[in-house]
Amino acid sequence: MEWVNDHWGDIFALARSHVWLAGLPLLLGLLIALPLGWAARRWSRVYPVLISASGLLYTIPSLALFVLMPLILGTRVLDRVNVVVAMTVYTVALLVRTVADGLGSVPDHVLQAARAMGYRGFRRFFGVELPLAVPVIAAGLRVAAVSNVSIVSVASLIGVSQLGNLLTDGYDRFITAEIVAGIVACVVLALLFDGVILLVQRLLTPWVRAQGGRA
Amino acid sequence: MIRFEGVTKQYPDGTVAVDDLSLTAPTGKITVLVGPSGCGKTTSLRMINRMIEPTSGLISLDGQNTGRMNEAQLRRGIGYVIQHAGLFPHRTVLDNVGTVPRLLGWDKKETLERSRELLSRVGLAPELADRYPSQLSGGQQQRVGVARALAADPPVMLMDEPFSAVDPVVRDQLQDIFLDLQSELGKTIVFVTHDIDEAIKLGDQVAVLRVGGKLAQISDPAYLLAHPVDDFVADFVGRDRGYRSLQFQPAPRLPLASERTVLLGEPTTGVSGDWVLVVDDSQRPLGWVEPSRVSGAVTTDHLHRGGTVARASGSLRGALDAALSSPSRRGVVVDDDGELVGTVRAHEVLSLIEAADRPDEDKADAFAEEGA
Repeated sequence: MEWVNDHWGDIFALARSHVWLAGLPLLLGLLIALPLGWAARRWSRVYPVLISASGLLYTIPSLALFVLMPLILGTRVLDRVNVVVAMTVYTVALLVRTVADGLGSVPDHVLQAARAMGYRGFRRFFGVELPLAVPVIAAGLRVAAVSNVSIVSVASLIGVSQLGNLLTDGYDRFITAEIVAGIVACVVLALLFDGVILLVQRLLTPWVRAQGGRA
Repeated sequence: MIRFEGVTKQYPDGTVAVDDLSLTAPTGKITVLVGPSGCGKTTSLRMINRMIEPTSGLISLDGQNTGRMNEAQLRRGIGYVIQHAGLFPHRTVLDNVGTVPRLLGWDKKETLERSRELLSRVGLAPELADRYPSQLSGGQQQRVGVARALAADPPVMLMDEPFSAVDPVVRDQLQDIFLDLQSELGKTIVFVTHDIDEAIKLGDQVAVLRVGGKLAQISDPAYLLAHPVDDFVADFVGRDRGYRSLQFQPAPRLPLASERTVLLGEPTTGVSGDWVLVVDDSQRPLGWVEPSRVSGAVTTDHLHRGGTVARASGSLRGALDAALSSPSRRGVVVDDDGELVGTVRAHEVLSLIEAADRPDEDKADAFAEEGA
C-alpha cells in the first residue's frame, strides 16, 4: 500500500494513457465494422469471407502485430499510433461478426414493413436496422472493450507506456505491490468501460426495458 | 383503380407463383384475394407496391403503370398492413403511426396531430400513445398497424392477413372497426386472407385463387356462395354455404312474438314455463333462466348465455341463428339500440326464407360475364 500511496500520480497518468490506447480503437473499430458488417449482411457471399478473415486477424499475437506496425505504417517504433492501429484491427476483427449478427437479428416482418412504407438506403439503415441491432452490437462491444483493456498492456514491451508498465516494472524490480496495483487498475478500467457501454446502451434502447417490464 | 393485366410471377427455380392474373380492384371498394396457401395471393398483393416485381404483365394504378413509377414514392402512397402488424419495436405507438408522414416530410406538429387523431379513430386510448409495441396486446398492435397505414391518407391500402394472428373475438371486433372506417373513408383496398368467412364478411368483391396462382373466380360474395364455378371453388367456400348465404338476405319483417321477461335482481315467482328471458333496466336481453332452478332473485350466475341475439334490421342468417342457439328455441330479436323487440322461432324464419325471392338471376349472369 505504501508503494501505491507514493505513486498515485504515476498510476493515474498510466491509466489515462491506457484509456486512450484501449478506448480510441474501440470507437474507430466500431466505425469501420459498421459498413463491413452491413456488407456481410447485404451480400451472402461476403459473409463467410469477412468472418473467416476477421477470425484470422484476431489470432495474430499482439506482440507480433505491435512490432509489425512500424514496418507497415512507416511510423516510428515508439509511436503510440502503432498501438492504436493494432488495437483497432483487433476491435474490427471482433465487431464485424457482431454487427452482421446484430443486423441479422432485426425481425423480418419489421424490415418488410419498413420497405413497404417507403424506407430506403441510409434512412432505413439508420432509422430502423441500426437502432434495432444496438442490443447485440453493445454486447459485442463489451467483449471487445474488456479484450482491448487486457491486450493493450502488452504494449509496454515495445515501449509505449500504460498500465502494463506497472506489471513489467514490478516484475523486473520484484515490487509485488506494483504488480497488484497494475492488475487492480486494469480490472477497474475494464469495469469502467463496461459500465459506460451499458449506460449508453440503456439510453439508446428504452424500448428493451419496456419489453422486460411487461414480462 | 388497380388493374392486373396478364400478370405472371415465376421464380428463378421455375415455380410459378402467379399465373396470367387479370383482375380489377375498383376504386373505393374492398377486393379480397382468398385461397389456400401457395395460391399466390400474397405475391399478387406485393406486386402492387413492387415489393416483388412481376415476371411479365402489367399492373396499373389509376391508369399509370406502376413499373415506371418511383418505388419509394409509390409505396409512400400506399398503406400497408401485415399479419403481425410489423410495428417498429423501438418506436412508441405514436411514432409508429407517424412513420409515413415523417418520410413524406410533414412538419412535426402536423404529424403528431394526425397520429393522435388516427389512434382515437381505431379505438385506442390516448394513454397508449407513449407505450412501445411490446407493451400492447396483439389486437391493439394490429390497430396501431391500421392507424399507421392510414396516417398519410393514402388512396390505396394493401392488407396481408392483418387479422389472422388474433383470437376470434378480437378478430371480429377488428373487422367491424375496419368496415366502419372503410364506410367513412372509401379507400381502394386489396385484402389477402386464407379465411373464406373473412373474405365474405369484408369483400365487396372476392377473388378465389387456386394453387399455382390461377384465378378461379371473381364476383361479389353472395354470388360466389350461390354460384361457385367449379368443384374447387365450391369446396373452398365450404359445405355450409347455403346457410352462410343467408347473411346476404336482409330479414323481412319478422313475425315477432312478445316475450315475458324478468328484471335482473328480481325473483321469478309467478312466472311459469321452461325458460324466461332476463333483461336489464333498459330492456336489453341478458340471457335465459329456468324459473324452477331459481329461488329468490335472479343473479348473473343463473343466466344461460348460449343464445345469440339477432337484430331486427339484420340478416336472415342472424335471425335463424338466434332461434337455433336459444335454449328456449325462441330467438331473441333486438332493435338497433339493443332493446328487446320480441322473439322468433326457427320454423318461422325458414318459411320466410322459402317465401323470399331467389337472388336475381339476371344480375348474377351479368357478374359471370364481367368475371370472365
